[in-house]
Amino acid sequence: MKPLEILKTAITNSFRSKLRTSLTIMAIFVGAFTLTITNGLGTGISNYIDSQIAAVGSSNTFTVNKTGTSGNPGSGPKKYDASTRVLASGGRPGSTQQALGQADLNTIGAIPGITGVTPVTRLSPDYIQWNSLEKYQLSVSPLAGAQPQLAAGSALDDSGTQPQLILPASYVAPLGLPDNNEAIGQDVTIGITDATGTVHPITARITGIEQSALLGGGGAFINKSLSTALADAQGTGAPAAANTAWAEVTATFAPSSASQVGDMKAGLAAAGYTAQTLDDRIGTVKTVINGIIGVLDAFAIIALIAAGFGIVNTLLMSVQERTREIGLMKAMGMGSGSVFGLFSTEAAFIGLLGSAIGSAAAIGLGTAVSGALARGPLSDLAGLHILAFAPGPVAGVILLVMAIAFIAGTLPAWRAARQNPIDSLRYE
Amino acid sequence: MSAPILAACDLTKTYGRGPDRFDALKGVSLEIDRGDSVAIVGKSGSGKSTLMHLLALLDTPGGGQIHVDGTDAKTLSGRNLNALRNSMFGFVFQQFFLNTASSVLENVVLPLKIAGVGTRERRARGMAVLEQLELADKARNKAGNLSGGQKQRVVIARALVNTPQVLFADEPTGNLDTATGRIVEDILFDLNSNHGITLITVTHDHDLAAPFNRRLYIRDGVLITTDEEHAA
Repeated sequence: MKPLEILKTAITNSFRSKLRTSLTIMAIFVGAFTLTITNGLGTGISNYIDSQIAAVGSSNTFTVNKTGTSGNPGSGPKKYDASTRVLASGGRPGSTQQALGQADLNTIGAIPGITGVTPVTRLSPDYIQWNSLEKYQLSVSPLAGAQPQLAAGSALDDSGTQPQLILPASYVAPLGLPDNNEAIGQDVTIGITDATGTVHPITARITGIEQSALLGGGGAFINKSLSTALADAQGTGAPAAANTAWAEVTATFAPSSASQVGDMKAGLAAAGYTAQTLDDRIGTVKTVINGIIGVLDAFAIIALIAAGFGIVNTLLMSVQERTREIGLMKAMGMGSGSVFGLFSTEAAFIGLLGSAIGSAAAIGLGTAVSGALARGPLSDLAGLHILAFAPGPVAGVILLVMAIAFIAGTLPAWRAARQNPIDSLRYE
Repeated sequence: MSAPILAACDLTKTYGRGPDRFDALKGVSLEIDRGDSVAIVGKSGSGKSTLMHLLALLDTPGGGQIHVDGTDAKTLSGRNLNALRNSMFGFVFQQFFLNTASSVLENVVLPLKIAGVGTRERRARGMAVLEQLELADKARNKAGNLSGGQKQRVVIARALVNTPQVLFADEPTGNLDTATGRIVEDILFDLNSNHGITLITVTHDHDLAAPFNRRLYIRDGVLITTDEEHAA
């Protein structure tokens, strides 16, 4: 018998006992539905976290600072070393943070794999104001590879000369701006105090409004031009040395494998620096979520295994019912392989039906529920679609269910294949 | 003269073992020539069905040899054996063994489907054989909705669709009334005399056996030369 004929006959056969087949399909439906939902949950939350991480920084950067040499209470005070500079820092008493100078920048830039080093200048603006209305406090940070999720407007132009910023959505109403879209293109004034106590007002243009985010600190992103202007204003009148000492630097590298990143980290550690990628800082969140999704998946698999026994039962009854038919087909020269193929294909087909219907229902219902949640209870977390369905994982679920169904079908199929035509034909 | 289409030599077959041991066949030898019509006659339990199953290569003998068209059946295995049964033999059973939910045509072309013949040719050959048995108008009917005589004609059509050389019939008229049985009988003899198909029928019915070219009487697993019961 040709494979295509086996497929066609198996499909026809699976509809011969409609009630029994539909009940089995229902059992598979439940498992496939659950598995698709848990998968969608994983994809949705991972997507959200990935976009949130991208919003606060690039995945191809290290945040580097000097490894603290303080800390061992037993070792007593450190000897003075003229080459080190210490920044006054918070934290527990006795902990110090050493400043990074131009020499450190050169050392970090020389580590193999590092493509660029940018010092992080701490900018402390005093206020932001629009149209001479109320003033509000503001914290700013340079883009440094971050991809903020915009509610309106466009990305910053880092190469241009126009000072630009992306404002968090929460600032729009307090500043007196009409709405997100109207805010784009407006000029705001940022005030910053220099070392002598004079306040410098600096004008910048709003190019984008950022969605309220999970990980962001509610600060504005600024482009290079604005960053330089603010730094210049802040540094007016300060001793020259203060402008060449930084608490931390950002080191960028080309997209690399985990082991290459590890090598670079080791190189930096050997040179006396502590480097952290964004994943180091936020990766644990993902681990916890993956753990929860894993447990949910396990429940879905248990449901599918129960459905697998349903398939065994259904097909064993079919084999029993069709004993004489199998005997006749074998008498007419049908090989055992074809008989096995016929029944195991039928099982896989039942699996395909159940999983396709289950996944489709899960996608439909999941998208609706996710949309409703995003508009309702979860509306504070803009951009979060708690259930997202990617074609890859959904196809994976369908294939997995078909594989389980096929395995469940092998026992009945083997029974059918080894039947003796004579015994089958005598069967009353 | 070519080799007989079927030759059996000293066939034995035993079912069970120990105290349940039952010798169904105790050394049967026979030869059937191409185009012959043979009735194997015996009471139930005489071993006639076992003999037919062995001759049709549906079962393997405990001892002895079967030659099909000069080839020792023992040398055939698996795929070859299935292919030989599919292309050389046709089967007609007393209980019909039709798939009642499928159409008449679907039932008839089943051996062609097993042989791997394409859909178009299957349909053409199926319709041709239904035409021959005057069932063409029933091709689309469900097999379950036919009368007993029609069902047996469908079974014969199914047996003929792959143009077999040997037709095995197990009590072909057993489930039919006398008039319908006569029609089926006529069809079988017509196939034998006009189409050269070797006809081997198993029956306990002496009236059915009477018109056959040869009658082999079997009792307690051995062939007997005379028809004692009939003579008595």
